[in-house]
Amino acid sequence: MKNGSSSQAAGAQASGPALLLRGIRKAFADVKAVDGLDLEVARGECFGLLGPNGAGKTTTIEICEGLTPPDAGTVELLGLNWAAGAGELRQRIGIQLQETQFPDKLTVEETLRLFRSFFKRGISVGESIGTAQLEEKRSSRVAGLSGGQRQRLAMACALVGDPELLFLDEPTTGLDPQARRHLWDLVERLKQAGRTIILTTHYMEEAERLCDRVAIMDHGRVIAQGTPQQLIATLGGEDIVEFAVGGAEPGGHEASRTIVNAGLLRAIPGVQSATVDEGLHRLSVSELHIAVPRIFAALRGQGLHLSEFRTHSATLDDVFVKLTGRNLRDE
Amino acid sequence: MNKLELSSLYQLTMVRFKLILREPEAIFWIFIFPILLAVGLGIAFRNRPADVLPVGATTPQLAQALTREKGLTAATMDEAAGTRALATGSILLLAIQRPDGVAYKFDDTNPDARTARLLADGAIQAAAGRSDAVRAGNEPVHETGARYIDFVVPGLLGMNLMGSAMWGLGFSIVEARQKKLLKRMVASPMPRWEYLASFLLSRLAMLVVEVVVFLGFARLAFGVPFRGPLWQLGLLCVLTSLVFSALGLLVASRARTMEAVSGLMNLVMLPMWILSGVFFSATRFPAAIQPVVRALPLTAAIDAMRGNMLQGMSMGQLTAPVGILLAWFVVPFAVSLRIFRWR
Repeated sequence: MKNGSSSQAAGAQASGPALLLRGIRKAFADVKAVDGLDLEVARGECFGLLGPNGAGKTTTIEICEGLTPPDAGTVELLGLNWAAGAGELRQRIGIQLQETQFPDKLTVEETLRLFRSFFKRGISVGESIGTAQLEEKRSSRVAGLSGGQRQRLAMACALVGDPELLFLDEPTTGLDPQARRHLWDLVERLKQAGRTIILTTHYMEEAERLCDRVAIMDHGRVIAQGTPQQLIATLGGEDIVEFAVGGAEPGGHEASRTIVNAGLLRAIPGVQSATVDEGLHRLSVSELHIAVPRIFAALRGQGLHLSEFRTHSATLDDVFVKLTGRNLRDE
Repeated sequence: MNKLELSSLYQLTMVRFKLILREPEAIFWIFIFPILLAVGLGIAFRNRPADVLPVGATTPQLAQALTREKGLTAATMDEAAGTRALATGSILLLAIQRPDGVAYKFDDTNPDARTARLLADGAIQAAAGRSDAVRAGNEPVHETGARYIDFVVPGLLGMNLMGSAMWGLGFSIVEARQKKLLKRMVASPMPRWEYLASFLLSRLAMLVVEVVVFLGFARLAFGVPFRGPLWQLGLLCVLTSLVFSALGLLVASRARTMEAVSGLMNLVMLPMWILSGVFFSATRFPAAIQPVVRALPLTAAIDAMRGNMLQGMSMGQLTAPVGILLAWFVVPFAVSLRIFRWR
């Protein structure tokens, strides 16, 4: 155990993709959960499946994990498939499911010792406790752990077999911001060790921070794919300006919101695109410091008064809004 | 870590063990409850050869005559008070002095009251001068093995083995399924059969404690006999436990909620509590349903245990119940392996 530590995960047989999905389809009753999905994840990559609840992320990841058989399509992991290589694959991948409740009356150490016994090789129980930073809770029962600690225990259970490929299904859902950052640090350390990580999330900032590449999913399909920077770049500008204008009276009600001519807005230098949703204008803007004064000037020229105005750096959320017209977290 | 600690079957079994021992309620139901039940029944149904039957008499002379009979204790009371005492059951019989003789007031459907009538009449006639035509003496027999407690201990043992195996497996499995733990387990390289085998193994280990505690208590407190070979009784207990573990597995193999599995378990166990002769002989049921009663696993288990403990029968003489038990082990186990829902 002592010399088996995370050495093997780092770049073992780095040939071919870690994950290859071709034409995956899966329907539950008449709901198409996954509707023709192709994905390729390279070894050593941290890949994120991003999408609202119900987009098919969990179904996709469970198809990859060999827990749900697809209706159609092929799944290949580390050059193996579930039909022929299940025994070997289970030894070489680590899985953290979305909502596993470990037995309340077992301690952290007992739980890990149990999971460690399933793997032929892997790291020691002590090492996994160290990686997940659960040393203080080593002899505590699961019932006494916080949400974040439980999640780190689940992560440790996925790591005891020293997996080459790690699946994390919504690892930070339901955690408070501090526990979330704590878990991000853990994932980042795992990335540095050279493991391939595939995670699902509906938090953009999580995907942006952790993932080398993301696929945005909606209604069982991948609607965009690339590095977070590439996807944000498709917006055309690196900042987003949102504003609403009232009629004659300032601070007017929403009902009195006026729609500004989109052509007029797009004509402003620096504005890459413009959309309107319930009176709220959303502009994708490059060179914010130059564009904003011009927007103000243009609106003043129309005799319009701003009732709302804000800007933020463009995120994957804005990409999703642009692609679907919906907000990721509104689902 | 040593080799044993790295064995997944060992780890799974130890985990089951720890989870059982950390559940105080489980300890109560498995170990304490059967003893309490045996004590309660032992007290309630103890044989009462020396019991003295309470009777009443309307005159002191009658009461005195009745008291001479060792089986009776008599009190003097007037007829109205005696009738009330009869109605509340504090006396079994009232002897009333009438001008023309004695009248006995008693419930002739109550066996104790009929006994009291015989004893009272004998005592009163003897006091009046009747002498025995034939000399008669008593040679009492108090054979162990024929008492109610001897009959009920194997029944309770069977019932307890059924309950602990079914509840133990059924609830743990459905709980693990509900908490998505089963799904997490099959997402690991754990061999599936080991997970199910760990339940059987931990059950067998608990069984040793459970059976020894219960039978040891029955032996020490009531002197219940063990006439058959003890190792064969042990084997019967193991087989019984395996049968009900397999049934527990079957009941839990598809259920998704605790409510569903409790319902199913009661559906399976209730008929056996009633029909399988735990508290009274199963032969009391009508002949028409006897084939059904005989085919129930608990009936077979209890019959075999009573045969071993009370009649000293060996395995060779118990082939019918043992065969029934084997069938009840193999079929449910095979079916549940096939239909088990892992997620």
